[in-house]
Amino acid sequence: MKFREEYRDPARVKSLLAEISSIVTQPWTLMEICGGQTHAFLQHGLDDMLPRQIELIHGPGCPVCVTPLEQIDRAIAIAARPEVIFTSYGDMLRVPGTGRDLFSVRAQGGDVRVVYSPLDAVKLAEANPEKQVVFFAIGFETTAPANAMAVLQAQQKKIKNFSVLVSHVCVPPAMHAILGSKANRVQAFLAAGHVCAVMGYWEYLPIAGKYHVPIVVTGFEPVDLLRGVIATVRQLEAVKAKVENAYERVVTLKGNESAQKVINTVFQPVDRKWRGIGTIPQSGLGLRPGFAPFDAESRFDVGEILTQESPLCIAGEILQGLKKPQQCTAFGMACTPQTPLGAPMVSAEGTCAAYYRYHRGV
Amino acid sequence: MCLGIPGKITEIYEKDSLRMGKLDFGGVTKEVCLAYVSEAQVGDYALIHVGFAISLMDEDEAIETLKLIKEVAEFSEEAGFENP
Repeated sequence: MKFREEYRDPARVKSLLAEISSIVTQPWTLMEICGGQTHAFLQHGLDDMLPRQIELIHGPGCPVCVTPLEQIDRAIAIAARPEVIFTSYGDMLRVPGTGRDLFSVRAQGGDVRVVYSPLDAVKLAEANPEKQVVFFAIGFETTAPANAMAVLQAQQKKIKNFSVLVSHVCVPPAMHAILGSKANRVQAFLAAGHVCAVMGYWEYLPIAGKYHVPIVVTGFEPVDLLRGVIATVRQLEAVKAKVENAYERVVTLKGNESAQKVINTVFQPVDRKWRGIGTIPQSGLGLRPGFAPFDAESRFDVGEILTQESPLCIAGEILQGLKKPQQCTAFGMACTPQTPLGAPMVSAEGTCAAYYRYHRGV
Repeated sequence: MCLGIPGKITEIYEKDSLRMGKLDFGGVTKEVCLAYVSEAQVGDYALIHVGFAISLMDEDEAIETLKLIKEVAEFSEEAGFENP
C-alpha cells in the first residue's frame, strides 16, 4: 500500500536506528504525546531497539483515557434511557465508569451503537425521528473537525433529535501542564502528527520558547517515529530547543485551515478535567452558545453524578508519565483488557493496553 | 483514534451538500467526507480519520523524506556505523 509500506521498510528502519546510536552521547527522556504513537513504538518493538540512553515517557494523548469519569457516568446514564440511541467511537464502550461501562448498558437492553464517523450518527437521527440520538464527541483536535461537521450538518438540516455529549481535549495546554509540573522529567516532545495535520504546529513555538524543549512533529510508521527521535536527539545533543517537522508529507506549519475554521465555528476553548490528572484550564473544547441546543448535557437531566475510581488503578500517574504499567500492582492481574480497572487498559491508545498486548513487563 | 490511514481518491461527488468521495485503501473502498480537502482531485492520496480526510499526502515531500533516509543509510555505511 502506497504511503505505508515504504515507511515500514526494515532496511530503512535499521539505518535510522544506527543513526540514532551514532549521535547519542548521554541519557535523554522524550515524551511521545500521542497514544497511537505509544502503541506504534511498542508494536514494532522500537522502544526495545532504541539505545538504552533514550527513555520514552508515554504522554496522556489517549482521549478515551482522559475522558473524565463524570462524563463516562453521564454517558451511561443517558444511554440507559429508553428513548435514546447512544452512539460512540468503538473504544469508549469498555471504558469503566463508576459502576459499569457502556457495553453493559447495551447488554441490559440499552441502544448503544458504535459508529465509525460522526456523520453516521446524524444519519441515524434522520432515520429514527421518534428517538433521541446522542453522539459521544470525544477526542483531541484530530477528531474535532469531524465532530464539528456533524453538529453543523444537524443544524443545517434542522434535525431536532440529535445532540452531542462533548468531551474534547487539546494538546498544547497539556504540554504546558506537564512541563510546568515540579515532577516533570520530559526534556523533549514528539508531537502528535495527526493532531498537527489539523492544527499545524505554530501553537508549539511559544512552548518551545518558554520551556526550552525541542518539539518535533512526528508520524506513526516506524520510519516516521525514528526520524522524529533522530531530530529530537540531534537538537538535545546540540542544546537546541526548536519546533521541527519530521512528518513533512502530511503536516504543514499552518495546518488545515478549513478544518480549523469549522472547529472555531462550532467549538470554543473551555476548562476541562482530565481523568487521572485534574482540571487543566482552557484545555478543552465545548459547544459555542449558538449550538447549545445540541448539547446533550443540558438536554438530558441525569441528576447528580457521584463518581468513584478503582482504588487500585494508578492511571493518573501512568498518563502523566510518572510511572510505567509494570509498577502497578494490578497490572496483568486484577487489571487486564478483559477486566480493566481503568481507561488506559481499555483504549487502543492506552499505555497499559499497549504494554499488555506487546508483552512489556507482564 | 489518532491512527489515520492513507487512501487513494477514486471518485468525488456531492452528497447532502457535503463534498464526499470514494477512497481505495489497498483494495477496500470506503466513502469519506472530503469537505476539508477542497483541493483534492481523483488520484490524490488523503489521510483519513473517523471518515474524514484531514490532509492530503504530499508526494514531493514523501519522495524527499525517502531520499533523506537513503542519504543517512549511505553515510552510515561509509562511516562503518553498526546498529548494536
